[in-house]
Amino acid sequence: MSADFYSGVAGKLSSDCRVSYQPREAGGIEIELSGKLTGMYGRANVELARRTLSQLGVVNALLRIEDFGALPYVIMARIEAAVKTAHPEITAEALPEQKPQCCTQSRKQRRRTTRLYLPGNQPKYFLNAGLHQPDGVILDLEDSVHSGEKLSARLITRNALRVINFYNAEKMVRINQGGIGLADLDTIVPQNVNVILIPKVETAAQIHAVETRIAELQERYALAEPVYLMPIIESALGVINAWPIACASTNIVSLAIGLEDYTADLGTNTSATGIESLYARSAVVNAAAAAGIGAQDSVFSNLADKDGLLTAALEAKQLGFEGKGCIHPGQIATIKKGFAPTYSEIERAGAIVAAAEQAKAAGIGVVSLGSKMIDTPVVKKALTVIALAQDMGLITAKAGGL
Amino acid sequence: MSGRMIANTAGRLVPEKVNGQTVIPFKGVGGHRPAGKKHGPTISTALDYPADGNKCVGSLKEALIKCGLCDGMKISTHHHLRNGDLVSNEVFTIAEELDVKGLVWLPSASFPCHQPVIGHLERGTIDHIEGSMNGEIGRAVTDGKMRGTAVLRSHGGRCQAIQDGEVTIDIAVIAAPSADAFGNANGMYGPSACGGLGYVLADYMYAERVIVVTDNLQQFPCMPMEVEGNYVDCVVVMDKIGIPEQIISGTTKITSSPDRLLIAELTAQFCECAGILRDGCAIQAGAGGTSLAIGNFLQKILAAKNERARFGFGGSTKYMVQMLEAGQMEHILDAQCFDLDAVRSLKENVNHHSVSVFNAYNFHSKGNYTSMIDIMILGATEVDVDFNGNVVTHSDGHLLHGIGGWQNCLHAKCVILPIPSVRDRIPTIVDRVTTLVGPGELIDVIITERGIAINPLRRDLLAAVKDSGLPLKTIAQLKAEVDEIIGVTPEKPHLTDEVAAIVKWVDGTVIDTIYKVAKSEGEK
Repeated sequence: MSADFYSGVAGKLSSDCRVSYQPREAGGIEIELSGKLTGMYGRANVELARRTLSQLGVVNALLRIEDFGALPYVIMARIEAAVKTAHPEITAEALPEQKPQCCTQSRKQRRRTTRLYLPGNQPKYFLNAGLHQPDGVILDLEDSVHSGEKLSARLITRNALRVINFYNAEKMVRINQGGIGLADLDTIVPQNVNVILIPKVETAAQIHAVETRIAELQERYALAEPVYLMPIIESALGVINAWPIACASTNIVSLAIGLEDYTADLGTNTSATGIESLYARSAVVNAAAAAGIGAQDSVFSNLADKDGLLTAALEAKQLGFEGKGCIHPGQIATIKKGFAPTYSEIERAGAIVAAAEQAKAAGIGVVSLGSKMIDTPVVKKALTVIALAQDMGLITAKAGGL
Repeated sequence: MSGRMIANTAGRLVPEKVNGQTVIPFKGVGGHRPAGKKHGPTISTALDYPADGNKCVGSLKEALIKCGLCDGMKISTHHHLRNGDLVSNEVFTIAEELDVKGLVWLPSASFPCHQPVIGHLERGTIDHIEGSMNGEIGRAVTDGKMRGTAVLRSHGGRCQAIQDGEVTIDIAVIAAPSADAFGNANGMYGPSACGGLGYVLADYMYAERVIVVTDNLQQFPCMPMEVEGNYVDCVVVMDKIGIPEQIISGTTKITSSPDRLLIAELTAQFCECAGILRDGCAIQAGAGGTSLAIGNFLQKILAAKNERARFGFGGSTKYMVQMLEAGQMEHILDAQCFDLDAVRSLKENVNHHSVSVFNAYNFHSKGNYTSMIDIMILGATEVDVDFNGNVVTHSDGHLLHGIGGWQNCLHAKCVILPIPSVRDRIPTIVDRVTTLVGPGELIDVIITERGIAINPLRRDLLAAVKDSGLPLKTIAQLKAEVDEIIGVTPEKPHLTDEVAAIVKWVDGTVIDTIYKVAKSEGEK
């Protein structure tokens, strides 16, 4: 009797399934399906399972699927994960049909105020993630995924990138560290991912390794769209090297900071005031600014504390960050509120932009507001504030004075 | 096959006869007007009752015997003790001891605690149930464990059937948290306090015999008298009529699901943009997590504008009480209290009133309250592309949800169903509802996480929100999105042609049939 290979987590599931795969020498494919949706999707799921096994080249096996309302892409990924755990040599992929609305592109410059983390092996959170209107979704293959679920997470994430509509959210994937992370890229990069988050970056060489691998994949698959990078700095050494890291690639859109590991590295922990990480946060913001890219603040882990989250977002904005990670959709609105330009900021920006337009119309090289001279970077900053305010729906194009 | 089936106006096949009685197929909304005189119980005389007003008998068994309990009787009970009810099961345990068979149980609603009746159905003590059923009892119906045919009636439909004689109650057993020996009773005080007794009025007025069961006997007069002792035959004192923590939830909770909160927020925005949330409006929402969140959002909008609703119709919760006490609602009209704050408020607040569904929902009343309500928030298990609603069966054909007062509430000015468009690959928006419970012409707005669909019949609402920026879609668009998500068309449930239950419309006609579900292969 040969062993069983699994994909799936224990406990009560929703929108997911558990798959157990038993390779056999002969006898063809046997599929056992259970779960309360068997009446509605039993036949379709058996057919899907057969097709998936066939795509992977499996001809003899016992496959058991315990279904809790998993969508087809999840069932396919879990079957593939169980099969490939048994036969790591299989290179064939069982890909769900690519949906056209998933081929969204991104830009280097765009709003990244809210980025919603979704554990890569928990598809129940995927379907509606985009409806909560985060600027980005981060399908996480790293810290939120248990070691036994790494392959499943990678394949579920790959399939999700092909079929799930994340609406206007930028599609980001946080890969694992080191060699597993590079292998993650092989699976993820060909699937319309916009940004790769690289964890625990301490040197520019890590960025180069990722970039080289991405370039190889882009060439191999003839991928035209850029894949942007967001290194996460999570250690004392990473903070020291923030500047070379920020400059390591022109595809880097922002530097992010992760504070749990950083504070552990210092031998302290994260406090309510965050005093222990002030230096690191400022150092990261400073390096990013010098490199002409954005900086992203860490997540706020106390879900119940909405006031604390707002304070943290306001503080992050004041330090110069452009956004924060979210660990729950309920945090999105509060973070947006914290980063939103204030009424007086919008008003002042509007006046500056108006003055600049007047000066331009009159052919005057120097912009002044009242008795004050306005420098070009100030005008540029004012335009950013207006654009952000419009983007957040705080003002209409007209009210912004543009 | 259970006899001849007839297609009703809605195109649904319904049996010609149910439990031996000829029934009337649904004729469309407003299409049926019963004529004649109201039903009445046998004339009683005060001479037959103790002059000292003491109607206490030694036990429930003694009371049931005294009231003439025998085979085939119709016994009514009520759900105000909810999942903590210790009285209803006791009635049937006694009936079984007395070897009584073929009873009809008429609960205003049933709860998981009533599961012992499944045994009574199997052993024949109870022939069938006519009332709101859910969970395991509902499943027992569609699994074919009932000898007779179940009849589902709305709360108002129950009053209608009692009043026009479609249902004649032989014995009404009323669990009363407070009562006196004359039979006056209320639900507000005592160890099993539950708040109002909004479901008992029709039963005690129209039943042949009425038994009040209490664990908190007061000296005459027990006030307020929600049950008037003049209608009561016997009073029984039990040690305990209910389990308090199962009667009332300590606290009802707003949903923490981000998807449901999104639906709730969209619903509140819709009410504001459509102009139906305004000073002096009337609101009804349930006690589910999404409804509570909607109430909370509505309260914030009213508070910001310094406006208030004229009244809210209960079941009441602490969130409704908050609106009352913070000044965003002038009155609560209440048929049941869902949590401890609601019970407290009913006792303390002069503007929190206990009312009966008999007045609010009854088809034979000279007007109903529901048609005066501006914003009606309801749930559903399914809606179809014609806005028809199902609230009783799941897509697998099983009866799993209570019908409650849902149909009655459809008569409000704006009926809104805030529901997820898909739940664990089970689509909520379908081509044709498994069971028709509410005709689409009465359902105005479907609000899902993927957008808002307004019934094309409501041109006024469409016009009011067209420039609101809300995510407006047609129901067909919503359905297409859901279909794409679920990937394949789900298989239809495997139903037999045996009738398990019928669904009555509010006027007593039959709107649809629920069939026994076929046992799947391998299932015994």
